[in-house]
Amino acid sequence: MANINILKPTSANFQTYLYIGTGLIFVSIFDVFLRSFFNINFSTSLPGILNFFLPLIIGLIGFQMIRLEYSGNSIVDKINQSVNNNTFNAGLTLVIIFLTLLVIPPALNWMIFEATISGNTKEACAATEGACWTYIKVWFRRFMYGMYPNDFHWRINTAFITLIGFAFVGYLMRGKLKSYITFYYAIFYPIIAFIIINFLISGGSFGLEWVETNAWGGLSLTFIVSFFGLIFCFPLGMILALGRRSELPIIRYISIGYIEFWRGVPLITVLFMSSVMFPMFLPSDAFVDKLIRVIAAIILFEAAYVAEVIRGGLQALPRGQYDAAKSLGMGYWKMQIFVILPQALKLVIPGIANTFLALVKDTPLIFVVGLSEVVGMLQMAKTNPKWLGYAMEGYIFASILFWAICYAMSKYSQYLELKYKTER
Amino acid sequence: MSESIIQMKEVNKWFGDFQVLKDINLEVKEKQKIVVCGPSGSGKSTLIRCINRLEEHQKGQIIVDGNELSEKTKDIEKIRAEVGMVFQQFNLFPHLSILDNCTLAPIWVKKTPKKQAEELAMKQLEQVQIADQAAKFPGQLSGGQQQRAALARALCMEPKIMLFDEPTSALDPEMIKEVLDAMVSLAKAGMTMIVVTHEMGFAKEVADEVVFMDEGMIVERAKTTDFFANPKNERTKLFLSQIL
Repeated sequence: MANINILKPTSANFQTYLYIGTGLIFVSIFDVFLRSFFNINFSTSLPGILNFFLPLIIGLIGFQMIRLEYSGNSIVDKINQSVNNNTFNAGLTLVIIFLTLLVIPPALNWMIFEATISGNTKEACAATEGACWTYIKVWFRRFMYGMYPNDFHWRINTAFITLIGFAFVGYLMRGKLKSYITFYYAIFYPIIAFIIINFLISGGSFGLEWVETNAWGGLSLTFIVSFFGLIFCFPLGMILALGRRSELPIIRYISIGYIEFWRGVPLITVLFMSSVMFPMFLPSDAFVDKLIRVIAAIILFEAAYVAEVIRGGLQALPRGQYDAAKSLGMGYWKMQIFVILPQALKLVIPGIANTFLALVKDTPLIFVVGLSEVVGMLQMAKTNPKWLGYAMEGYIFASILFWAICYAMSKYSQYLELKYKTER
Repeated sequence: MSESIIQMKEVNKWFGDFQVLKDINLEVKEKQKIVVCGPSGSGKSTLIRCINRLEEHQKGQIIVDGNELSEKTKDIEKIRAEVGMVFQQFNLFPHLSILDNCTLAPIWVKKTPKKQAEELAMKQLEQVQIADQAAKFPGQLSGGQQQRAALARALCMEPKIMLFDEPTSALDPEMIKEVLDAMVSLAKAGMTMIVVTHEMGFAKEVADEVVFMDEGMIVERAKTTDFFANPKNERTKLFLSQIL
């Protein structure tokens, strides 16, 4: 009975089966390829559903015919092991290949071949079916700088370039200066950053015209919010994590209360509160800028998450490390700073990176208080009567931007992980 | 003989409802070497962990070098700096090189200048014969080397008392000797030592007295030769017959 199965190859007749099988697989893929790229469909004469599934059926028969263990051909063996070890996997392989073939050409067409980038008005895009990158081009400055006056964009650029410059100062620290590196990044750098942003971007002194934070926006605002968010939520989270593990009940309960409160409320309400409710509690003559309130809210919110991530790292350390540090006469802070935290933070780099990525991607939420970073500007551009109907281009642009930022951060965290890897 | 450097009077300790230490009375004089032995769960480790207050006792008195240990003790760090400890699991700091392991506490606790601390550390590492491993990280060393590094690290604080909590129990048999050798030479140099161990050979060689513990009590305490030649307590006899 077993011999009757004509789809099952044996080592004796495998060559023949191999030729026919690969032929069938090729035909099935080629059919989909033609359908997708040239709109040619050979099987139209067949009834509906059969026409639709024909390539899959042919491909499956082909895969069935080359499925033989230890065929002696290394390429075939590899295919059989990885994608063709049973009918279901062979089917999945085919479906994925078909879908890729069917999706890519239209996507490429839309994004590149039929897209327009020329001109400065909506009319330039009228003639084409493809994407209208003209829209992005025209609005580019708004997406980058928000409503910040065009003439002053150099101020934002200079501020960011200076900040990047200061960030590299740490690499230049050698010898004796090296022991101050943590101090530099943890305390000095944020202060420099604040001063630069305050004087250069906000202005109001040194002959620079004042630009109110309501006008700030676009990608530069994303950077500003994320930058201060990341820099301050980390130390705060660290302190909270230590607090939650403290032996002093008051500190412990305050930390637990803080963390559970901030983790329990949605960011969007926190932002809303910070902008609408918070000023009500201030004395009438006190004024805190909306942007600062929003950044503070984000810091307080994310710190709770960072704290829990770091606590995970603290708990992963064996008790012996604490014992050893104590037995050497180290007090609480020395033990934490030199022994516990360096090891714990190393362990939680992936978790911290996760939280930081989430923070960056949460920044668009500041639209609820009327601040428009890049996605907010997009929203604005999308509803502009002159440019209706190009939401898709905008969102793709924003996705690419965010993806690039987040991917870079993710890569950097992987680099850090490797750099600080230690054997246990 | 000089004054007792460690005095434990009627020390009691509970873990929850379970009493680990029952009326412990122990005096250790300067330069004395004491070996503590007994079956597992008898409270040996807890006993010596109480001496540098890694565990807190609930009743009784512990006086180390003239300072009583209690919740009111303000400078527990100062006392700990004088009491070195070597652990079963080495507990080296894996993110620091061996040299940095040895200099960390002297620099930050005793405020020794860095250069001086490094010289002392190299001297101690030479004593335990792993000076050539100073730049490596703990994970790159064998168990025996790690334990000797841990010993050197404790000695870098120049302690008056050394506590050993089963220092050879986590080691492969062929590495036990190198650690014991280092401990023997330390004993010969005149250190005050309390050693929890099952290495009876070591006890015979260096200990002045042996303390036998069972179920949280000190069952027997005797001069080393007496302890092995004619143990008095039935429980001690049974233990010795099993272990020797």
